[in-house]
Amino acid sequence: MYQYDDFDRTFIAERNRQFRAQVERRIDGSLTEEEFRPLRLMNGLYLQLHAYMLRVAIPYGTLSSAQLRQLAMIATRWDKGYGHFTTRQNIQYNWPRLNDVPDILDALAEVGLHAIQTSGNTIRNVTSDQFAAAAADEIEDPRPYAELIRQWSTDHPEFQFLPRKFKIAITGSPNDRAVTKAHDIGLRMVQRDGETGFEVIVGGGLGRTPMIGKVIRDFLPVADLLPYLEAIVGTYNLLGRRDNKYKARIKITVHENGLEKVRDLVEAQFAAIAPQFDADAAAAQLALLKQQFAAPELPPRDDAPYQAAYRSNAVFRAWADTNLHPHRVAGYSIVTISLKPHGGTPGDATDAQMQLVADLAEQYAQGEIRVSHEQNLVLPHVAQADLPALHAALRTAGLATANVGLASDIIACPGMDYCALATARSIPVAQQIAESVDSLKLEHDIGPLKIKISGCINACGHHHVGHIGILGLDRAGVENYQITLGGDGTEDAVIGTRTGPGFAYDQIVPAIERILQAYLVLRRDRAETFLQTYRRLGAEPFKTALYETEQVDAA
Amino acid sequence: MTRTTPIKVITANALLEGDVVWLSHDGNWTRHLADALPFSDPEQADAALQQASQRHDEVVGCYLADMRLGASGLEPTHFREDFRRRGPSNYAHGKQSQG
Repeated sequence: MYQYDDFDRTFIAERNRQFRAQVERRIDGSLTEEEFRPLRLMNGLYLQLHAYMLRVAIPYGTLSSAQLRQLAMIATRWDKGYGHFTTRQNIQYNWPRLNDVPDILDALAEVGLHAIQTSGNTIRNVTSDQFAAAAADEIEDPRPYAELIRQWSTDHPEFQFLPRKFKIAITGSPNDRAVTKAHDIGLRMVQRDGETGFEVIVGGGLGRTPMIGKVIRDFLPVADLLPYLEAIVGTYNLLGRRDNKYKARIKITVHENGLEKVRDLVEAQFAAIAPQFDADAAAAQLALLKQQFAAPELPPRDDAPYQAAYRSNAVFRAWADTNLHPHRVAGYSIVTISLKPHGGTPGDATDAQMQLVADLAEQYAQGEIRVSHEQNLVLPHVAQADLPALHAALRTAGLATANVGLASDIIACPGMDYCALATARSIPVAQQIAESVDSLKLEHDIGPLKIKISGCINACGHHHVGHIGILGLDRAGVENYQITLGGDGTEDAVIGTRTGPGFAYDQIVPAIERILQAYLVLRRDRAETFLQTYRRLGAEPFKTALYETEQVDAA
Repeated sequence: MTRTTPIKVITANALLEGDVVWLSHDGNWTRHLADALPFSDPEQADAALQQASQRHDEVVGCYLADMRLGASGLEPTHFREDFRRRGPSNYAHGKQSQG
């Protein structure tokens, strides 16, 4: 894993010292809120509905045990004993006091973490595949490149005041687990004639105007990565609209100007600036980063304990069937720890849970933890022989829910329970859907299903790419929920289609239940997933179940 | 439908905690909606908001929120203000835990 060097440490310490002084001047009245607001946002500090919220970057979703312990300590000491993991692989604290934030930032710096560029019109935390360096289908670990991008983009003098925020995602696998096509820039590692490079996707994004990204360069050699990114962001910085916040993202720039024009401008800019980049220095830095992300030694282990537990323990078997993913090394598994207990808040972990996961990672998983954009935690390298013991330890802390990839593994943004921008609640809807499928014991029968809920049009809950998406709106002073169907966030990304009129808060869960029941009737057999059934039949039979049944009920 | 008199209160978030506050009868900021000062005259409300907005070393983001007079006193007309006076629905945190 990446270790901060002197440059990182000095930079973070200086920024934290500056922010401490800015907070002091805000509190003593020397700075007005108008003056202070941009300063706090540069450091990830929001003011939400009930309190401040601090958003801490977890670069490309990778944490060490020491870092996760420190996040737990911060939750205990300065918050309400929990943290919320987000769809951008970050963690948010919902209750910090303004005067404690400088101490929190210093505590983060002790373990090489910060909250810089988690807000504002800058390049945000680079997200990646949560299974990086472990997945069997991977070409190469994307994280050395992600770290290179973090170093290039952090405090980049030209890109601190972009037209709008800018999000980059990178994956090293053909199976896209990082939603690269819904980012301002998506990078998909590809190989050509034995050389590794990137397919560069631009102009994807969800929010008010959802767009699937378009390929601007089908093969970018690794050596050209930073100058090409700089050319894209530099072109956007000039061409992107600043007259209308809702038309300022690069997806609109690409849409309005056309991909060809944007590509021509980017390629021209790339040709102009590439010679200014020190390719040797970048290559040397990348080589250093690759050393730091060197794959751990994973010695062969006898998987007999795993096989025995799988045969004899039904609870373990259910968990193994849903929460494990194939590892590139035989005898090892990738473990997803569900932060979606039925009825719980998606993505929340208590301080005690974080401590336990940090300990278990050290004991069983090379001291490494990942955060997924689906708001779960991941132990990337676990010997199958250790899985029974790991599962037993997770169960003691309510962390062994066997539902990864199923109906109750729901993405939900904080919604109006916390967020100042939200137009409706998300969390209670997610809680009730999860409780419903659990009480009916439906979700293992339903199989793979992605339900995603956003509490406003900004779509932090990725509802457009949910197989079932739910969008909470304020309709004439009442919460109202629109449903979209058929969305997909993978390499075959598709924006879901709205079914029709929305549903009231007390009607949305029964509406989702009708869709699920319809699927169970409509599917060819158990092997046909919800998304496959939807693609085969289209929206009509689901709309019939949604709306005609409702009219019968109302009659 | 009976026409109800529109009532405004001045609300904001406290500078240090970010907690929801309302301007009270005594000119201080209160953490309890019941103690908020209601305005039925829009001009008076606007003038008071102007003054309250100057108190930037105490609060952040002053605005006028709509209320109605219910059986238990001031009640928000919009669900957002109702959540602000109560706290989140997933945990007993915020105002609902403070009694």
